[in-house]
Amino acid sequence: MLYREAGDFKTSYHADNQTFPIKFDRIGFWITMVIAFLVIPFMINDYWANAIFVPFLIYAIAAIGLNILTGYCGQVSLGTGGFMAVGAYACYKLMTAFPDVSIVIHIILAGGITAAVGAAFGLPSLRIKGFYLAVATLAAQFFLVWLFNKVSWFYNYSASGQINAPERFVAGVAVTGPNTDPWAQYMICLVFLTVCALIARNLTRGTIGRSWMAIRDMDIAAEIIGVNPLKAKLTAFAVSSFFIGISGALFFAVYLGAVEVGEAFGIQKSFLVLFMIIIGGLGSIFGCFAGAAFLVLLPVALKVIGVDVLGWPTDLVSHLNLVIVGALIMFFLIKEPHGLAQLWRLAKEKLRLWPFPY
Amino acid sequence: MSADFLYGIEVIINGLMAGVLYALVALGFVLIFKASGIFNYAQGVMALFAALTLVGIMEGQVPFGHLINAIFGTDVHHFGWEVPALLAIAFTVLIMIGFAWAVQRFVFRHLVGQEPIILFMATIGLAYFLEGVGDLMWGSDIKTLALGLPQGGSLAVEEWTAGLGGDDFYGFFIDKLDMVATLVAAVLVISLVVFAQYTKQGRAMRAVADDHQAALSVGISLNFIWVLVWSLAGIVALVAGVMWGAKSGVQFSLSLIALKALPVLMLGGFTSIPGAIVGGLIIGVGEKLFEYTIGAPYLGGATENWFAYMLALIFLVFRPQGLFGEKIIERV
Repeated sequence: MLYREAGDFKTSYHADNQTFPIKFDRIGFWITMVIAFLVIPFMINDYWANAIFVPFLIYAIAAIGLNILTGYCGQVSLGTGGFMAVGAYACYKLMTAFPDVSIVIHIILAGGITAAVGAAFGLPSLRIKGFYLAVATLAAQFFLVWLFNKVSWFYNYSASGQINAPERFVAGVAVTGPNTDPWAQYMICLVFLTVCALIARNLTRGTIGRSWMAIRDMDIAAEIIGVNPLKAKLTAFAVSSFFIGISGALFFAVYLGAVEVGEAFGIQKSFLVLFMIIIGGLGSIFGCFAGAAFLVLLPVALKVIGVDVLGWPTDLVSHLNLVIVGALIMFFLIKEPHGLAQLWRLAKEKLRLWPFPY
Repeated sequence: MSADFLYGIEVIINGLMAGVLYALVALGFVLIFKASGIFNYAQGVMALFAALTLVGIMEGQVPFGHLINAIFGTDVHHFGWEVPALLAIAFTVLIMIGFAWAVQRFVFRHLVGQEPIILFMATIGLAYFLEGVGDLMWGSDIKTLALGLPQGGSLAVEEWTAGLGGDDFYGFFIDKLDMVATLVAAVLVISLVVFAQYTKQGRAMRAVADDHQAALSVGISLNFIWVLVWSLAGIVALVAGVMWGAKSGVQFSLSLIALKALPVLMLGGFTSIPGAIVGGLIIGVGEKLFEYTIGAPYLGGATENWFAYMLALIFLVFRPQGLFGEKIIERV
């Protein structure tokens, strides 16, 4: 009843090709957009922005990037943290070198630089597959973090080795620096996420997305039917790194403001984003959002319950947090290896008949 | 011989010894991967957990003391006794075997037939879980492992080799602990090989590694073999944990040795025990030499973090299955 694919007739090619061909999805999309753009910015405060919304939006961008590479093209990458660091440092260098240029352009350029770095580290994927490739991407992770630690040009020779985001404005409103309003932080991340998600969604259902999926399902067969593996794999690495670079730039400039590379972009970050797409669902844009929301909310929820309600010491709660996250990941993989997105698909199956099943 | 050349040799010797320790961790990976196709990221955390458990038992700590205090408002920390080292090691081995059984029973039995990447993710989840449990059980402060293993540089070696060079050469500096570790690792590897080659269970293990279905059809219990390899990996983890723990204290960073073992695996091939050993030695020597000749003088040091990965990466471009790995044959 509620979710209907039938009876929704298309009369033009334009209608047939739209991003959300099903009416229910379209309505859901617009409701979400209205809430995200018109309701939340007026209600948000500092705690909600910093603890939940801004990290959620930024991680969702990173998850979309990694999902394109791992979920759609089948190349497992553990270098996400390193690529986010490239985005952050590229953004920092651009911000300090060209202070008059808008930060929006800087963030996009940072994404472009990351895309180039990602494509370079994607080259071995033409020879190496599976786990060997996953471990090979760790080379990117460790090398990049080391590079940003050791070469002081990247952090403008500052004594602490940190990078600090200077204050920048978009349309007269501060979006980086210490005096940023929570809603401004939220809005810039939301705009980037919306654009990234729409681009990703449309890329994945076009020619290039289909060639990625062909490579994922069986690369030799794909090659035989005329998919160019060099092109498909390298574009996947480049596009994926582009999004990850943007998320890294936002993570540094908008969310944290000051970053020490080993701490903010270590191997833990790579695993965190990988967990997001596994729990959310490989090969699904919706899954990126679900996974990011889940893993951002879980520690906050556990902290609220453990520290604020039960009054336990913080270190104890953080250990319990590890146990619960680990156990949940295993539980999810056993119960639903295809992630939250699959649960949503099943729910839609049910909604189609509800409330009058056979 | 010039002093520089001799220092170079010293770097190589130390690299070989570090390589043995890498090989030790890599061995745990290879055992599980060969028998069940699971790439066990939790190996490093298993080493940490085993070392923590050993220290905890020896000092007579109350497991989950911190948690119990938080829930019941009590104040318990220690039982007040100290357990001798050998007995504690025996208990720890028992706990690792129990852990192996639990992992098999509650996690991987339900994941049979899943894609390798899903299994890999499950082991990362396992790593988080085990790290949390270890911290909850024994606390997260840095502990020292008092097994009475020798520490510091070996004076005998230093005096014996001092005569090789000129006036500005003072002999090789070699850590006694590294020597012990090399010895233990060698014994462990030999006994593992003997076990795999000459015992019934070892033969069954190799059969499973070769072909699951063929092994099943001749009556080998896959479940038992999997528990067996996880237990063996747990014991290897205990040894690795003790050696690394004696070196740098038992703390969280111990679990990062898993990351050190990954390039070793890539280089040696995921399915080969000799590969793990040779790969470990190559990586150990390679990264120490690189740091000594190029890293420290020209690149600002700390190149050990990534050099092993780069070496493995470049190597794999030319030989995608590693040194000793089975040739990858792909069919459509």
